[in-house]
Amino acid sequence: MQQVLALARKEFRSYFDSPVAYVVITLFLLIAGWQFSTSLFLSNSPDLRTLFSIVRFILLFFIPAVSMRLISEEKRLGTIELLLTLPIKEWQLVLGKYLAAYLLIIITILLTLIHYITIASLGQPDLGATFGGYLGLILIVGVYLSIGIFTSSLSQNQIVAFIVAFVIIFALFLLDKVVMFFPGFLASVFEYLSIDYHFNNIARGVIDSRDIIYYLSLIFFFLFLTVQTLESRKWK
Amino acid sequence: MISVRNLVKYYGPTLAVNNVSFEIEKGTVVGFLGPNGAGKSTTVRIITCYLSPTSGSVQVENHDVLTDSLEVRKRIGYLPENAPLYLDMNVVDYLKFVQKMRVQESSENGRRIKIVVERCGLGDVLHKNIGELSKGYRQRVGLAQALVHNPDILILDEPTVGLDPNQIIEIRDLIRELGREKTIILCSHILPEVEATCNRVLIINEGKIVADGTPAELQASFEGKTRISIQIKVNVDSFRDHIAQLNGIDRVLSSRPLGENLLEIEIEAVKGFDPRENIFNLCKADNAVLLEMKREETSLEDIFRKLTRKEE
Repeated sequence: MQQVLALARKEFRSYFDSPVAYVVITLFLLIAGWQFSTSLFLSNSPDLRTLFSIVRFILLFFIPAVSMRLISEEKRLGTIELLLTLPIKEWQLVLGKYLAAYLLIIITILLTLIHYITIASLGQPDLGATFGGYLGLILIVGVYLSIGIFTSSLSQNQIVAFIVAFVIIFALFLLDKVVMFFPGFLASVFEYLSIDYHFNNIARGVIDSRDIIYYLSLIFFFLFLTVQTLESRKWK
Repeated sequence: MISVRNLVKYYGPTLAVNNVSFEIEKGTVVGFLGPNGAGKSTTVRIITCYLSPTSGSVQVENHDVLTDSLEVRKRIGYLPENAPLYLDMNVVDYLKFVQKMRVQESSENGRRIKIVVERCGLGDVLHKNIGELSKGYRQRVGLAQALVHNPDILILDEPTVGLDPNQIIEIRDLIRELGREKTIILCSHILPEVEATCNRVLIINEGKIVADGTPAELQASFEGKTRISIQIKVNVDSFRDHIAQLNGIDRVLSSRPLGENLLEIEIEAVKGFDPRENIFNLCKADNAVLLEMKREETSLEDIFRKLTRKEE
């Protein structure tokens, strides 16, 4: 575990040593804040629902941008060879990098709590729904990042990693929006697979283990694929 | 200490390492020599557990690279080709990072870094970003990270590529110094480097080991005919014929005039015979003035060329 944390710390610092972290945080807060404040008075209700839907939309682009370099850059520079000849396991490498990116996004998202203060001064927002919403967002970020780190392990080209991650994430995001075009059986499968369906459950303030398990199993699945991809280098 | 048995590695359909076996004893500095693409890096990557062998076995201090790879990696310090490093980190943070990844006992850490920094001459650049450093310094940082856990085995893949002559000499001195206490595998296609630093040479070509021994042994077993070139000032026209008839001379390779009465002659001696004394006596007899006499020995370079030339 010490090694996972050492790697996570190094990755996290490198976000702040480069402009990446500042650009991500600033842009994210600007877009979220702008969209939120323009719709706040139209909706005329003291809740963060609009904020959550904006953030979910922004994440589609932001997560691949944050995750695209995680492994592809190591491959391009050749530093992966040094990293993997250290006495660490592939899963430790993947987990360390994943946690660093996760922490950056969680911090960014929690900074939007400032809007909660605004709302709270205007009315009485539902605490359960707010908590559920943030929990849901954090789980979604987890899924998106696991997809991002997976695609980053596929290629040494960051742009390829970005685009492939975006396509997969966007497909998961769209699933419950196209459900109406499919017959009953497929519709329920799609609904179950869709990211937003489970989010809406959690964001109501109802924390159901089925939704949590859905997110965790997706995260596990993509992290597992990433580890497999890294290990496959040995046998090529 | 390191034992490689019947190692085979395919990249897809391409055979990169073809049934290679060797043993490396503790404390030897082994030069792993071969033209580009001969399979040096592949072999080294298998020893360091970056790649897995297609078949065959590799053991480092009785730990197998497949079943016990963490133990193998703990014992090795590795500098890959071109010293790939994180360009956005500064030197001391990077070394600390590598140390943490290697999970060393923490009381030793500060001291180890100090030793390594001093050894590799990094004192002046400790807080600079690696990206700002020259190629020579980067190579030294790469060496430092390989030494930070004080490994018994050091594997260096072309550590002097892209350095200027002064830097090359510095790195070679450092390797020679480290060779006193560590087992080192040095991959290179530069012969003088191997001659200068190693006490055993493995020549690999097209995935196979084609020669194995100390530089002196290799020279002895591949010794060809000695070539001698002389420059003389002579009046006698028939000197060229005289020298051809001389005892121990196989044939005259060339003779060309350099100026008035000045002649350069290249000759090949009978195998295992040194005709220099006879040549000198001939000059005396013919009243020729001997200006220069050079003996060319088969160098490691010739052996290398002979062994690794593609057969046409």
